[in-house]
Amino acid sequence: MKLNIDGLLVYFPYDYIYPEQYMYMLELKKSLDAKGHCALEMPSGTGKTISLLSLIVAYMKANPLEVTKLIYCSRTVPELEKVVAELKNLMDYYEQQLGKGKPKILGLALSSRKNLCINPEVSQERDGKNVDALCHKLTASFVRTNHKRDATVPVCSFYESYDAHGKEMPLPEGVYGLDELQEYGRKKGFCPYFLARHAITHANIVVYSYYYLLDPKIAEVVSKELSKNAVVVFDEAHNIDNVCIESMSIKITRRTLDKCQQNIDGLSKQIQRLKDCDAERLKTEYQKLVQGLRDANIARETDVILANPVLPDDVLKEAVPGNIRTAEHFLGFMKRFLEYMKIRLRVQHVVSESPPSFLKDCYQKVCIERKPLRFCAERLNSMMRTLELVEIHDFSALSLLCHFATLVSTYAKGFVLIIEPFDDRTPTISNPILHFSCMDASIAIKPVFDRFQTVVITSGTLSPLEMYPRILDFRPVTMATFTMTLARTCICPMVVSKGNDQVAMTSKYETREDVAVIRNYGNLLVEFCSIVPDGIVCFFTSYIYMESTVAAWYEQGILDQVQKHKLLFIETQDAAETSLALLNYQKACENGRGAVLLSVARGKVSEGIDFDHHFGRAVIMFGIPYVYTQSKILKARLEYLRDQYQIRENDFLTFDAMRHAAQCVGRALRGKTDYGIMVFADKRFARADKRSKIPRWIQEYLKDGLCNLSVDEAVQVSKRFLRQMAQPFSREDQLGLSLLTVEQLDQEDTKKKLQSRMQYV
Amino acid sequence: MAARSEEVLLIVNHVRNKKTDGTLYMMGERMGWMQGSKSTFSISYMYADIKAQKISPDSKEKVQLQLVLHDGGANTFHFINPKGRSAAIADRDGVKDLLQQLIPKFRRKLSSELEEKNRMLQENPELFQLYKDLVVTGVITADEFWASRKNQSTVKTDKSQNVGVSAAFLADIKPQTDGCNGLKYNLTADVIESIFRTYPMVKKMHAEHVPHNMTESEFWTRFFQSHYFHRDRTVMGSKDVFTECAKVDEKDMKEEISCKMVDSFLDLTNIKDSSLHEDYRGLTEDTRISNNVTNGTMIRRFNHHSTMVLKACTKNSQNAQSSSAADNSVQSSDTQNGEVTPKVNGVVNGEQGSSTSKEYWEPLAKKQKMQEKIHMDDLGDLKSKKNVNLHLHKMEGYLHGPTPLMMSRYTTSEDLVQSSESVMQDVYQWSPDLSNVLSGSQAIVILSELSPGGALMKGTSHQELNQIVPPDVQEEVKANYSALLELLRHFWTCFPVSSKSLEEKVVKMKSTLERFQMAKLIPLKERLQEYHYTVNLTSHMEELLAAANRKFDMWQSRKSTVKR
Repeated sequence: MKLNIDGLLVYFPYDYIYPEQYMYMLELKKSLDAKGHCALEMPSGTGKTISLLSLIVAYMKANPLEVTKLIYCSRTVPELEKVVAELKNLMDYYEQQLGKGKPKILGLALSSRKNLCINPEVSQERDGKNVDALCHKLTASFVRTNHKRDATVPVCSFYESYDAHGKEMPLPEGVYGLDELQEYGRKKGFCPYFLARHAITHANIVVYSYYYLLDPKIAEVVSKELSKNAVVVFDEAHNIDNVCIESMSIKITRRTLDKCQQNIDGLSKQIQRLKDCDAERLKTEYQKLVQGLRDANIARETDVILANPVLPDDVLKEAVPGNIRTAEHFLGFMKRFLEYMKIRLRVQHVVSESPPSFLKDCYQKVCIERKPLRFCAERLNSMMRTLELVEIHDFSALSLLCHFATLVSTYAKGFVLIIEPFDDRTPTISNPILHFSCMDASIAIKPVFDRFQTVVITSGTLSPLEMYPRILDFRPVTMATFTMTLARTCICPMVVSKGNDQVAMTSKYETREDVAVIRNYGNLLVEFCSIVPDGIVCFFTSYIYMESTVAAWYEQGILDQVQKHKLLFIETQDAAETSLALLNYQKACENGRGAVLLSVARGKVSEGIDFDHHFGRAVIMFGIPYVYTQSKILKARLEYLRDQYQIRENDFLTFDAMRHAAQCVGRALRGKTDYGIMVFADKRFARADKRSKIPRWIQEYLKDGLCNLSVDEAVQVSKRFLRQMAQPFSREDQLGLSLLTVEQLDQEDTKKKLQSRMQYV
Repeated sequence: MAARSEEVLLIVNHVRNKKTDGTLYMMGERMGWMQGSKSTFSISYMYADIKAQKISPDSKEKVQLQLVLHDGGANTFHFINPKGRSAAIADRDGVKDLLQQLIPKFRRKLSSELEEKNRMLQENPELFQLYKDLVVTGVITADEFWASRKNQSTVKTDKSQNVGVSAAFLADIKPQTDGCNGLKYNLTADVIESIFRTYPMVKKMHAEHVPHNMTESEFWTRFFQSHYFHRDRTVMGSKDVFTECAKVDEKDMKEEISCKMVDSFLDLTNIKDSSLHEDYRGLTEDTRISNNVTNGTMIRRFNHHSTMVLKACTKNSQNAQSSSAADNSVQSSDTQNGEVTPKVNGVVNGEQGSSTSKEYWEPLAKKQKMQEKIHMDDLGDLKSKKNVNLHLHKMEGYLHGPTPLMMSRYTTSEDLVQSSESVMQDVYQWSPDLSNVLSGSQAIVILSELSPGGALMKGTSHQELNQIVPPDVQEEVKANYSALLELLRHFWTCFPVSSKSLEEKVVKMKSTLERFQMAKLIPLKERLQEYHYTVNLTSHMEELLAAANRKFDMWQSRKSTVKR
């Protein structure tokens, strides 16, 4: 259908539209017009992606000078592929409507080498790091120079042919997912990865993962040349602050330092050898560094895997200081720093300090100044290239240490160093770890907000919305949350607060080991197993809690009762094992056996897997998924948030717990024809501070009467709900209410009604 | 009279029924009890009528056997061997064992046939209608009806569904304390079968060790002590038979995990698009690892158990024959204090191989799944009309129509103006010629012929037959059609009449057809006439009948000439 969104002609590849999609596009257009940022929450399963794509593509077509590019970031590889598929549908629709052949738009997905490589040997490798290393081994510029001299040096034929012909030949218009890129690469004999990396500079739509924009080490390599007139979309952005923090943090263990020692020894041998046979090369590097070049070699695209870990604005634009210019001096410098680090890790108690105090101590102990430290990462990169090292993967430990050195000397604020002498659980075994943790999510994302004209933060669960601008430190033009218009209430949220014996249900730390609480949780599961068809998904607050509960349930015979009704699958800490369990869980749901999946909030399952339709007819949230509050890093972050942003500790913890809870229960609903029961099994969910933080589209249906149920009452409510949902449901029931045609959209009163349902924050 | 033509399998004396002594006879198809002094059975049960048997527990003084019938009745026999209680028990066990074999055999035979017919009627509504029309109204008998369908039905019987394995089959084995510091597990044939189907390894072990190395009960005792039954138990010393099983299972689990994930939507190992070293990631996730090995293995065993149960079900459908063969061999009836009485044949069929049949995750399938995931059903148009879009090369030409220059062969605008003017003039100048009008009656006739339904309007408002005839009448005509065709099928299959029986059948079918015409067709025709349809709906049926009659007459006349 063709829509008129505030004067913009939008092609929407369906015959009907949800009211919230229409409103979503209106809001989105507002912020595009204003060239500002926005945060939008729209329930999962209401076609967020297609609304985004339809509107932005239409906007790009209408204003080709103002918006030249759409950068769509998502979290997981399957999500990326889904976006590409939606984009393909949209383009097909354009073609069908306009009939001028393919629209002149190039859209492509970019992923790591592991997912794109077609070299028969390299792609065998399943681990991403190894693929990167093998690729580097075959494509680094000095390897290729050597190959010209000596044909026995292996190179990658795909990269060679891409380098020879692929750069002049732009990718034809169209939409390329990962598979299509590989296919195109095979057909032409080009390397799909580098082809895609080159193509994103002129593509209209780029789909890739968060890290390519948020992690400075990768963004500098990949996304440096992207146009500023771009719209950036962060989908599934409810955890974006964690991604930001992750990409600036580093962890160093004793083992890392031991490996560093080996690396340094290895490097000094290499230097010695080079000195004997080809001293000229070292000399040129030195000369160039003296002349004030920051980097002695011009880095080709294939040479750098990880760039400087600090943000582009913070990279020093001056020459490398004299004391680390020669390779030997630099190694000596690193040796000293390593010794210092070893001393620091030899602690008996937990140390927490700020980067300035760390630097000061470093200066006092081993006379290392701040400035040379800041150049460590780049100096190491330069040296690796000069030495023409092939196995860069082996030197990852040293490069980690250099990154740490650069980061710690660059940022004085927003970071914390925590050195723990041992693990909390094994206080007798010495196992020192240094966490260098970023506490301020806004640091990593700031360049993105500054550089691009519109940044859209969106997800199915962004409540409470006002928290995000605070922790990410940005000024949105619009912030809005949309509810789901439903012709029938297809979600049934409820808070189960007590067992049939009236003992309160809660995962509160003091009572979670209580036999009565565990038994009541078990009874809840057993009861639901007997009434809910097909799949049930349960989420626990942490893996340890799940394990102890499962053990207790086994003792109490609850699992036997569960097995009478359904097959039982449990998430484990091994990803491959869990994948297998998931596969079998889906099989059991498909063939009608019915199954229960016990899983963990914040785990991999809760973030990446959808349980739509019969894969999840009920979700049970056992307890409130608070983050592990005893962690020192978390404590430091809470303190920082309190001091810098005036966010109270409890507010943040509750916010964090509730967004994960919402994420978990939201997994069950993926569309208006879907239906599901959402059980919050903890009495604390009923409290106003928790309840108000549940996304509005769930909150709407969480009536007061459903907030304090016992197990029996919950079963009664669910039974009634399931009976209702079993009734036939047709399009006619939806039309006009939760589904609109073009004609209905044009009516004035519909518009008014829609406007009244909007909620701005 | 007793045992006159029937084969007697077992005779047990000293059996008391309702306080009267007598003798129990077990015969080929029934069992009977004869009062001591008489020579006729006072009680006789067909095996097919018996639902189950129950025996008194050992602790009870009386040695009894109770038969429960399908109609809800029951009868108890009391064994009173004068040689003592043990002899009575031996008597009773003899009867019990025999019944154990016989009851299931008869039960299956009886029910399968009826069930099959029932199923066919339920699955096929047309057949059901036919059955109602022909058999219930007495046109042909039920046996005749089924006789012609027998060959059709046999084809389908293989399609029966296999019974799956309950996930909780191990939990269902409730241990009972036997009073003296021990546990007693009740194992039934069903449970044993479930165990074997779910854990092929155990089956293999069983075949290897029983009865060479240990007795049946010893084997199961060890099984109950093993990790299979106590999932939280870690594997004990190497002396246990099941240690090896555990190792093999572990290996299986590992193998399955290591083989590449086929569904990229579920592959958690590949879900994150980042190949950075873990050390670069700060601690935002809860990475606390539990140290409790027991719980860890227990969780893995639960997953493994569910996987195996699931596999046992899918496997069944693949090699139904092999499992049905196992069915027969492990057959034993439901005795109440069921001791461990498994009879297992030594056949170990290599069922392991079937698990390798894995669908390959082709890009096409992946794409389809992707489309399924992203497509929103309710937003798309259900009717999905495949209309062709109008692509205009010259928009102007479409909007303004053919330009005047090109339309010289049409009337020009001048002509149009002229003709419209002449019409206008005619209208103005028209005056009614009242002397020259039609008579009233003639006008009405013409008017009626011109109005809808009239002779002149016939071609204009063409209605489809299915729109004229109401649906219930349609249904009735259809039902009659199918009934008639069924009868005619019976009739025509008799030709050429080669045998005496066929001859009889032809005559019978002829009379049946006549009966059908009288009882069904003529009333239907009369009823249809009330509606005044333009088409005779029954004419074709009549033609069909007439053709059959002609054939019959021809056959009869030829027969009579031959006779003459």
